[in-house]
Amino acid sequence: MSKHRSKPHLSAVALTKSYTKGEIQVPVLRGVDVSVERGEFVSIVGQSGCGKSTMMHVLGLLDSPDIGEVRLNGERIDDLPLGTRDELRNHVFGFVFQFYHLLPELTLMENVLTPLMIRHSAWEYFKRRHEFREIAGEIINRVGLAHRAKHRPSEMSGGEMQRAAIARALISKPEVLLADEPTGNLDASTGAEIMDLLKSLNEDEQLTIIMVTHDGAIADQAKRIVRLFEGRIQTLEEAA
Amino acid sequence: MYKLLLSSRYLRTRFIALASIISVMLGVATLIVVNSVMTGFRYEMRDRLHSLISDVVIESRSTDGASNPEELVQHVWDVAGEYVDAVAPTVEIYGMLSFKLSEGMHSDEYAHCPVTIIGIDPSQQDAVSPIRQHLIGRQPETDDEGHVIAPPLFPVDSLLNWELSENAKEHRKDWLYNRRWKEMVYGETQPEQPFYEAPASEAAPVAYSEPDPFGHDEPIRTTELTPDAQPGQAATASTFDPTGGQPASDLFGSAPIKVRDPDEPFPARLYVGQNLIAFPYKNEETKETEMIPLVRPGEDVQVSTIKTGLPEPARFTATVVDVFRSGMSEFDSSFVFCPIEELQKVRGMMDPSSGQGDVTMLKIKLKNYDDAGLVVDRLRSATDLFPAHLFNIYTWEQKRAPLLQAVEIESKILNMLLFLIIAVAGFGILAIFYMIVVEKTRDIGILKALGATSNGVMSIFLTYGLSLGVVGSGVGVIMGLLFVHYINEIEKAISWLTGHKVFDDTIYYFKSIPTEVSPWMVTWVALGAMVIAVLASVLPARRAARLHPVRALRYE
Ligand SMILES: Nc1ncnc2c1ncn2[C@@H]1O[C@H](COP(=O)(O)OP(=O)(O)OP(=O)(O)O)[C@@H](O)[C@H]1O
Ligand SMILES: [Mg+2]
Repeated sequence: MSKHRSKPHLSAVALTKSYTKGEIQVPVLRGVDVSVERGEFVSIVGQSGCGKSTMMHVLGLLDSPDIGEVRLNGERIDDLPLGTRDELRNHVFGFVFQFYHLLPELTLMENVLTPLMIRHSAWEYFKRRHEFREIAGEIINRVGLAHRAKHRPSEMSGGEMQRAAIARALISKPEVLLADEPTGNLDASTGAEIMDLLKSLNEDEQLTIIMVTHDGAIADQAKRIVRLFEGRIQTLEEAA
Repeated sequence: MYKLLLSSRYLRTRFIALASIISVMLGVATLIVVNSVMTGFRYEMRDRLHSLISDVVIESRSTDGASNPEELVQHVWDVAGEYVDAVAPTVEIYGMLSFKLSEGMHSDEYAHCPVTIIGIDPSQQDAVSPIRQHLIGRQPETDDEGHVIAPPLFPVDSLLNWELSENAKEHRKDWLYNRRWKEMVYGETQPEQPFYEAPASEAAPVAYSEPDPFGHDEPIRTTELTPDAQPGQAATASTFDPTGGQPASDLFGSAPIKVRDPDEPFPARLYVGQNLIAFPYKNEETKETEMIPLVRPGEDVQVSTIKTGLPEPARFTATVVDVFRSGMSEFDSSFVFCPIEELQKVRGMMDPSSGQGDVTMLKIKLKNYDDAGLVVDRLRSATDLFPAHLFNIYTWEQKRAPLLQAVEIESKILNMLLFLIIAVAGFGILAIFYMIVVEKTRDIGILKALGATSNGVMSIFLTYGLSLGVVGSGVGVIMGLLFVHYINEIEKAISWLTGHKVFDDTIYYFKSIPTEVSPWMVTWVALGAMVIAVLASVLPARRAARLHPVRALRYE
């Protein structure tokens, strides 16, 4: 593989990660190699407990691998200083979790704005708050929650919360969206709505999406499926 | 931004935070109230101490005093004239005040109290440390609500004098009548009069060799009222035996011719400290404590002290003119003021050649008290005029240093203890914050996943702590100041509710609770509370900052 060929957008090289439980080392990732091209929609499937979430965390710089590298546009990013990694998480990655993980004290609008609040200083945010609110309003519209902007997470349904979480992930204009079982907690039709949203994002905005799922039907909607088995990538299948 | 937003949201949605706000608030309010009241008391006390001890005092080390006071006063003006406002020579000497408590079939009962006798010249005393505001006769009589029910017997700002008020004159008549009547009833069974007239010293003829009015063999009225006694009378009076073994009747047996009208008050007049001649009595019905007088203005009492030279007793009878009440129990239970010449005559301090009496003390009032240290230094260094082995020179603060320091230390210790209240509130904040951090673990993970730095997460909780401190101490300051402002109303309300007086003004002599709010103190207390609140949130905030994002996210 020549270095001059177009580099993969995000790639993992020989990722190894193990947890220590008391005396015993429990290996979770045993040399995961995966690379995702720009604008690709990859779904990762695997048994429960095989390390899918762990891999997502390592890819999203929430955790660091024991051995191996994570590369963004061919540059190694997992060994960057803490501050830079925080910044990359804010600018490059968008996270969507199975349990939505919205902040219960904030309204939907505020939850969506959180990444921008984190990015900008209080003063700058205050100056540009109208601009930011507009952007947030557009994104909330896009995920179809305009009528819910002032509601707290506790006043919303699971599907609405997940769409809110996606809106939050989108507001920072990320390059890569990491979705860990985004439909895991939703019924089939709501799950389908979320998948439609993700697919349209992938197609319209060329957003790179890496999605973890249990559900074969959901996984099939991605362009490519990666199977994780016993800490390794087992097969690569092109989705239909 | 999210820091401010989140900390304000946590503040609004966590009612447990209110608990720590309240504890900070109470701590701050208590500190302010206690400090203000203590400062108020201290100021009041300093005021009263200061008003009774002049700015600077030159005291002769000998109780015999120093001669030629006019020259001494001139020396003071020479040495530190530019700072001095007034100088008053006085005589201060220990002594004993005796008065009859009751008359019995077989013996009378007397009270003898150790006192400090202060011989003053009213106008000079007024110039250095006015005592008129402490004289009961110059204060209007008021009821509980502070309404005047009787005007003062003398206008409070009229010059100090030794005149009996009309009331006192009235009372004196009754008292004398009563006493003579009792003498008739008890007649011969009454024991010998234990008091006798002070004998005249050879050096200074005494002007008042009257027989004691307590004596049953007394009143022989004379028409001639001679203020100046003859030297010959003094000689007869000096048959008095200082050992006291001789019965007094012998003395009176050879007493000189009576020269005064016994109804007239004695030339020696007294202002007597209230605690010496009255006692507090709590009325069980009204729950009020009142002072029951044992001796009232217009009555006669006996004063004993020592003469100059080797300590020989010197005694004289004097008429009480007014009661002295400064509110400093130490003074009120020891001070007896009398005319300086009387004291000088009795003690034999009169210089026959110059006609001037010796003095034991020069009280100096300064134009500006800030110069006191300087004036004392100047006077001390003028060793030829005021040799250190003869004179002791000090400011009133130096004289009262032990008391002032004790009060100072007391208030410092109290402050420290009270600050512990806020420290306790701090630990409350610590515990509550720890709880909140644990509760918010997953949210912290989310924030980190969204790119929040550790410092950012930490500052959420520091901001939270700071706002708790600001709100708590802000409300505490307002509450404390309001409490101080309405302290007397609050005291009344509490007294009314509990049915017994919280602040008994007969004990403290303050009509109302004195308070003094120092802006510095308030600032320090408020700042201290905020700092403690922030310090208490540092530990939980650091814990939050160090949380591993993945572990925080997985936290259930
Ligand atoms: N902090 C930890 N300490 C020890 N073991 C851990 C820790 N976190 C995860 N594991 C273990 O690592 C393995 C992989 O966990 P991971 O959450 O990545 O699985 P997953 O594939 O996402 O499972 P699921 O599909 O149920 O979400 C599990 O066996 C889990 O028990
Ligand atoms: Mg998982």
